[in-house]
Amino acid sequence: MSDSLIDIDTNNSASNPVEPFLRTDRMPHIWCPGCGIGTTVNSFARALIDSKIDLGSLALVSGIGCTGRVAGYVKLDSFHTTHGRAIPFATGLKLANPKLNVVVYSGDGDLSAIGGNHLIHAARRNIDLKVICVNNLIYAMTGGQTAPTTPDHSTTSTNPYGTFEPSFNLPHLVEAAGAVYVARWTTFHVRQLSRSISEAFQKKGFSFIEVISPCPTLYQRRNKLGDGLDTMKYYKEKSKVRNGAPTNEVGLSMTGEIIVGKFVDRDRPDYGSMMRAQFAESLGDKFVEQDEKEVPVCS
Amino acid sequence: MKADPRGVLTGIHFIDGDHACCEGALAAGARFAAGYPITPSTEVVERFASRVPKVGGTFIQMEDELAASITLQGAVWGGAKAFTVTSGPGFSLMMEHIGYAAMTETPCVFVDVQRGGPSTGLPTLPAQADMMQARWGSHGDYEIIALCPNSPQECFDLTIKAFNLAEEFRVPVMFMMDEVVGHMTEKVVIPAAHEIEVVPRKHTHKSVEDYLPYATNGDQVPEMAHAGEGYNFHVTGLTHDEHGYPNMTAPVQDKLVRRLQNKIRDAADRIAMFEEEELDGADVVVVSYGITSRVAQRAIEVAREQGLRVGKLRLITAWPFPEKKFRELAAKVKAFVVPELNLGQMVREVERAAAGRAKTFPVSHAGGGVHRPEDILKVIVEASRCQTV
Amino acid sequence: MAKGRVSIVVEHCKSCGFCVEFCPSHVLALSSAFNSKGYHPPHVVHPEKCSGCDLCGMYCPDFAIFATKNPNDKAGLKADDKGGKK
Repeated sequence: MSDSLIDIDTNNSASNPVEPFLRTDRMPHIWCPGCGIGTTVNSFARALIDSKIDLGSLALVSGIGCTGRVAGYVKLDSFHTTHGRAIPFATGLKLANPKLNVVVYSGDGDLSAIGGNHLIHAARRNIDLKVICVNNLIYAMTGGQTAPTTPDHSTTSTNPYGTFEPSFNLPHLVEAAGAVYVARWTTFHVRQLSRSISEAFQKKGFSFIEVISPCPTLYQRRNKLGDGLDTMKYYKEKSKVRNGAPTNEVGLSMTGEIIVGKFVDRDRPDYGSMMRAQFAESLGDKFVEQDEKEVPVCS
Repeated sequence: MKADPRGVLTGIHFIDGDHACCEGALAAGARFAAGYPITPSTEVVERFASRVPKVGGTFIQMEDELAASITLQGAVWGGAKAFTVTSGPGFSLMMEHIGYAAMTETPCVFVDVQRGGPSTGLPTLPAQADMMQARWGSHGDYEIIALCPNSPQECFDLTIKAFNLAEEFRVPVMFMMDEVVGHMTEKVVIPAAHEIEVVPRKHTHKSVEDYLPYATNGDQVPEMAHAGEGYNFHVTGLTHDEHGYPNMTAPVQDKLVRRLQNKIRDAADRIAMFEEEELDGADVVVVSYGITSRVAQRAIEVAREQGLRVGKLRLITAWPFPEKKFRELAAKVKAFVVPELNLGQMVREVERAAAGRAKTFPVSHAGGGVHRPEDILKVIVEASRCQTV
Repeated sequence: MAKGRVSIVVEHCKSCGFCVEFCPSHVLALSSAFNSKGYHPPHVVHPEKCSGCDLCGMYCPDFAIFATKNPNDKAGLKADDKGGKK
């Protein structure tokens, strides 16, 4: 139809810097045009580059949903688990092999609805996990049902006349539960998101990074909020960076201001450290530290 | 390979079934448990919590059984042998993750110390009413292995066997105790570590480039890798191909699910364990398992004293059900008598395998106690008098 | 010569428009061509303005575009700086 020039890289030997982190044999991925999940993965990959993390000791665990599919597209030891249970699976992984850096990458419905109980307990215990919560304000994969994060008066498939429930303020929830690092960005804030992820890698304990992302096919479409690009422009226009903002003030609404930033960055001992310290104190030299290499599971 | 001596409490002990099960797990090499308190199973993990910091390992009490049943699987993929312990209501909550273990071929052990049900039922009293649930509780087509101990000694010995089967077949194994066996105190002999055979994890020796997480090399069980070894593998509960990648088509589904089924069914005869006595020339065979087999033993003795020709077949492996054995027996005997602490569960399997060639007489009991020997004897006598089919 | 150069993986593009919108130098526009899935990939309309900042690459949800700095770039960056291959 058109004869416009398409600049295809055939001569240049350069390659996409994030390619080594992707299962390129599975591209293109299933996410919709204008969906922000891919952008968050992009930011995640760049954080891996910048933080020079040892990829051999990185594991990624996801739940079910659109964001849950991230596990299948990253070239890491990755686990696509059951709905809401990425965090307990990740806890088992981390406790069995404390040398692993364990990332939980999942959506708002998966982490805060069915997974809500596990979210608060892992934060309370300060399990050393880096949780990236892509919040598109909806249950996208199943066709656009109400999530605990869906803003008031939104139209969804299970609230066809508009939602009327107050929605979760996730940063507030996880801070109250005990998380040591809490940040929120949108998919517009690609650089800040990468930086937050890198910071979380340096942190011991429960880190939670919320990323507000468009779901143009369901949330935005049903609520007549335009497409992915319109949503990104809304993020650009209406986001306000307030690092250190009190988390009770960062609640979201459908078209209002979005407070982003690093809200919480504090230190307290993580679960593993507390466990070992308690045993050392109670048992003295009877305490045998777990070392998987000493117990031959394999022959 | 031999058991790791640090986990083996060699010696003669006077402990109950729950405690013996914990020792069996430690002897088998389990160094991770995730649990949630539920009567009458809690002692298993309480003992583990007390023992494991001195052996080297981790116990974590999770916030619910939904978490416990998947936390243990994370630990398996992190390199540990792991298990959890529960009873009826918790077992029901764990069903989704039993299915996940079956689908992802995660070797692990789920201990169910059965109590009266349904629902909250009888927390401190026995039943054997989760037997069908152990087999069919999760959705979809999958196979599991289930073992039934009938003494604290067996709680020790068979827990090791459970872990060994889990590793050999990369399957979740259901360890079906009951409240009486769990809380019964008897002599338990724990041998020296070098006398205990332990099956190691089927870990791949392939290179990163060659390894495919769900490819089989002629046999039906793929080789495993652990997180953090550089294999960059993917595990999913979605229908997947040999790469572990989701591939949601009917042909891939057929290939995968049939293999998950066949890896157990094709080995059913090898897996099946039972205790048999005087089957040759028997008119009636009493089929039982768990605590009921202890009561049935008395009924069988009295029946024999009365001149009846009664054989005994105690199921140690309840699943996969030893169909072949029962098909053969059904051609030779008049009847099976199947006492259970439920309203008829394993008896259905017996009836199915017998395929009408022998009669089947259930001796049901709604749970909350055990049979009296005379209840079982009465049915043995009735069965002996029945017309040959 | 421009400081940077854009590479586009035409078949992976889903025409979301992020790259076009967020390129600070307005190098890109959606073309009227189609890829095999029917999406309009972007094309470079002002190649001389490309700084190689790679914001297009950072925004792309489909990993379908990225920018690299040209070897003769005045800032003196190396041509083989591919950034973080494993």
